[in-house]
Amino acid sequence: MRTNNVILRAVVKLVVFIILTLAVYLFLSGHHSPGGGFIGGLVLASAFVLLFIAFDIETVRHAIPFDFKKVAALGAFISVSTGFASLVFGEAFLTQAFDYFELPFFGKTELSTVTIFESGVALVVVGVVVTIILSIVEDV
Amino acid sequence: METLITILTGILVTVATYLILTRSVLKVILGTAILSHAAHLMIMTMGKGLKSGSVPVLVDGQETTFVDPLPQALILTSIVISFAVTAILLVLAYRTYRETGTDNLYELRGNKHE
Amino acid sequence: MLTVNLAIIIPFLAATLVPVLHKKISRIHIGWFVFIVSAALFAFLVRYIPRIASGETFLYTLKWIPSYHINFTTYMDGLSLIFALLITGIGALVTIYSIYYLSSNENLSHFYTYLLLFMGAMLGVVFSDNMMVLYVFWELTSISSFLLIAFWYHRKRSREGAQKSLLITVTGGIAMLVGFVMLYVMSGTMSVREVIATVSTYSEHSLFIPAMVLILLGAFTKSAQFPFHIWLPTAMEAPTPVSAYLHSATMVKAGIYLVARFTPVFGGEMTWFWMVTGVGLFTLFWGSFNAIRQTDLKALLAYSTISQLGMIMSMFGMSSAALVNGYSVDSVIFTQAAFAALFHLVNHSTFKGALFMVVGIVDHELGTRDIRRLGGLATLMPITFTIAIIGSFSMAGLPPFNGFLSKEMFFQVAVNISEFNFASDTWSTLIPVVAWVASILTFVYCMIFVFKTFLGSYQEEKLEHPAHEAPYGMLFSPMILGALVVLIFFFPNVLGDYLLRPAMSSIFPTIAENEDLGVHVIPWHGFNMPLKMTIGVILLGILLFISLRYWKGIYKMFPEKWSFNTLYGNILEQLEATSNTVTNFYMTGHLRDYMVYIYSFFILAVGGMLVITNTLVFNIEGNASISSLEGIIALVMMIAAVTILFAKSRLTAILLNSVLGYGVAIFFVLFRAPDLALTQTVVETVSTVLFLAAYYFLPEWKKEDTRKRSKSVNLIISILVGVIFTVVALAVQNGKLFDSISSYYENSYELAGGRNIVNTILGDFRAFDTMLEVVVLLIAGLGVYTFIKLKARKEDASVEDK
Repeated sequence: MRTNNVILRAVVKLVVFIILTLAVYLFLSGHHSPGGGFIGGLVLASAFVLLFIAFDIETVRHAIPFDFKKVAALGAFISVSTGFASLVFGEAFLTQAFDYFELPFFGKTELSTVTIFESGVALVVVGVVVTIILSIVEDV
Repeated sequence: METLITILTGILVTVATYLILTRSVLKVILGTAILSHAAHLMIMTMGKGLKSGSVPVLVDGQETTFVDPLPQALILTSIVISFAVTAILLVLAYRTYRETGTDNLYELRGNKHE
Repeated sequence: MLTVNLAIIIPFLAATLVPVLHKKISRIHIGWFVFIVSAALFAFLVRYIPRIASGETFLYTLKWIPSYHINFTTYMDGLSLIFALLITGIGALVTIYSIYYLSSNENLSHFYTYLLLFMGAMLGVVFSDNMMVLYVFWELTSISSFLLIAFWYHRKRSREGAQKSLLITVTGGIAMLVGFVMLYVMSGTMSVREVIATVSTYSEHSLFIPAMVLILLGAFTKSAQFPFHIWLPTAMEAPTPVSAYLHSATMVKAGIYLVARFTPVFGGEMTWFWMVTGVGLFTLFWGSFNAIRQTDLKALLAYSTISQLGMIMSMFGMSSAALVNGYSVDSVIFTQAAFAALFHLVNHSTFKGALFMVVGIVDHELGTRDIRRLGGLATLMPITFTIAIIGSFSMAGLPPFNGFLSKEMFFQVAVNISEFNFASDTWSTLIPVVAWVASILTFVYCMIFVFKTFLGSYQEEKLEHPAHEAPYGMLFSPMILGALVVLIFFFPNVLGDYLLRPAMSSIFPTIAENEDLGVHVIPWHGFNMPLKMTIGVILLGILLFISLRYWKGIYKMFPEKWSFNTLYGNILEQLEATSNTVTNFYMTGHLRDYMVYIYSFFILAVGGMLVITNTLVFNIEGNASISSLEGIIALVMMIAAVTILFAKSRLTAILLNSVLGYGVAIFFVLFRAPDLALTQTVVETVSTVLFLAAYYFLPEWKKEDTRKRSKSVNLIISILVGVIFTVVALAVQNGKLFDSISSYYENSYELAGGRNIVNTILGDFRAFDTMLEVVVLLIAGLGVYTFIKLKARKEDASVEDK
């Protein structure tokens, strides 16, 4: 898949950052407004997919040197291990905890273990979607 | 509204069933994809009642009724899973075609008494 | 803290480390790591002995599924400690032995992973207090045993042996599970301790006896009792360290553990007494009788293990006599049977472990273990010979070895049962007679083991390698065990006071409150009945051994074709043949046919139900209003769906499918579901990309060559399915049986600290679903990756042989 579309590339360079920002926003705001791990992960994945479409695979591989299979595995590990973390504190499997903290700059902020869990979910989604697309595209 | 959606899902199910019964791998996969669309719409109608409240996001200081959030959570899970299923099936079809040179399920039958 | 739970988990953790360590550190044998793990666990457990001996017990609970009474609860008392010490202690010795036994060409990381897996599972069996957890570990031991028997999986006999052991033990395991569920139904608790404590409240329940029989079935299959013993001889295909460890010292004793553990529950029943004693005694006889005819040393030991297990089993059976008539002075005498059983259990592990290792050495150094080819090794392998003497004389019940003490006690117990006229006259006199006859046979095969292997003429031409003594590393473990055999004879009461006495109070909690159940073991009782019996055993045994060739013809009366083994083989064969015929009848290999079966069933079952119950209600009153926009979208989707059927090209069909997907997304917006709409849009886009990729490589659609008739069948089926689906959905919407539970989730801000209710359901209330979904997604991703990347190499095509 080699395209020499200059305009597409120029646009993508700009748009990808907007999408990435959106993905992070969707992920972080997920607890209180629409968004969350799945959606954040999917949007993030679509940003990567867009990069792969606009540029050739080798270039992007070089710029983003992740093995997306490992990203997915890491995500699943994080999600599952948050479940075990609650066991250590004598709670039932996967009990989530949250509390409010007074942080500089942010003021009163809620910190929750759900965020860790959700970050695992997001990583799996990104990893899996990119792996699927990449393996098919590379093979053709 | 519920009745309309249910009839729509009925039609989707009919189409999906017909596609699944055909011999072309791609059609079967399309059939499963359509079946999951139907299922998602179906779950939606099974909640408290469509459009019976506002978006299920709490806003401080406002007492409102919400639409049923539970079907939404179920569907969100289901959408992602059906994506995974579609991906697996497509790749399976692709690899099968590569190895056997056919996408016809009738030709792909295993040999009897192997 | 949860130290005992940790002791169970450590072997599993170590098992995961084994492959990594094996890869990284090739200089040091990986077995040493396993040895350190098991030795450390052994040392850790030894520290508990004084506290256990003083009557303490240790209970730790880790909540797992509390709503179903399933918790990871461990309970350490005298009984479980004995087994745990055997598991870790023999485990450590076997590991040292295996380091020298297995050559480094073998797949060592597999071997030690399975071994640790087994060790953890077995510790789990003896420490678990929760019946469900116990069951899980129980089956895990079966699975790890399966893997170890099939360690040389390229040999057909190994695979068959592994399959047989798995089929038999798992069948018994499932029976046991059903028994546990029955116990749960009766007692309302999953905890073994509570089941024991509340036994009097439900012992009249109609499920009591069935539960007992089922649990015994589990115990009998695991401990290779007649007629389930057939798996143990074939399991000898495993490497010898495995046979020494799993199939003589530990795993086969799990059934005995189960019987001991459940004696306080079922021991009061006469059925229990007769089943356990009867099966045990018959197994004792049958095992020893068959051991004599074996020519393979390992098979001989296998039958001897069966026989010894039967002996221990029967002693536990006899000990239950103490519970039948309630508490009395006689009861204490009967409890001695359990003491003898525990004592012999430990003794058996020591001498049988040593004997297996001796056979392993012979096999390893000489390349054969066929009695007919062996002989005269005594001078060439003096140390091995000495250990063999110690082991088999102990097994035969001769002083000064520990087997003598426990065998004397066994006779005493059997005599007690008949003297107190516990059961009807004929039967209770029969018990000591059977015990005595079986002991004579035991004596004979012990002599065969020693004399046929080590004495007689040395025939080097029949051996693969000339005889020579084994390396010291291999001799170390059997020497330790041999030393224990002698030490226990001289100091039996150290063992008795510190380990067996506390275990007795676990088996007879009610009697232990009033009486001291410990037995002071002394070698010399005076010239009493058991001693006379032993002398008789020795005299007759020698006579039979010398005249062996004259009476061996008796075995012709039991030809191979009438054995249970053949029965098992035939059943398996018939089962396979029949299921093949049946399956080939309806499994046409065509996906469409299978779908037709499924859909026809759906139509008949659900549609038929609708007609019979006449629940075709339909009501549009509670419906929300339809705006024109919604109507148009629905109409567009309907048209798009139907058009797919008539699409001539794949591209059209794919795009129409996307129309449906985006239509669904719009509906999600209209139905106030922003999360769904976002997800659906992105997913639909990515799936369309995927479908287009598929379009890129799959061939153009050909005209369907389906026959007209099957086409119309397809059409009818799909229309019927659609109609029934719609009707059922409408009927369900109409009759809402209960309120939505969603109001609970609307407290999400207080309960989970989130305002987005859907997200809190996913991440908090039902996080378990989400976690598993993530795992499914990961598996799908890996599946896609392997489907594309994995290319079969030609040379891998077939590794099976023989």
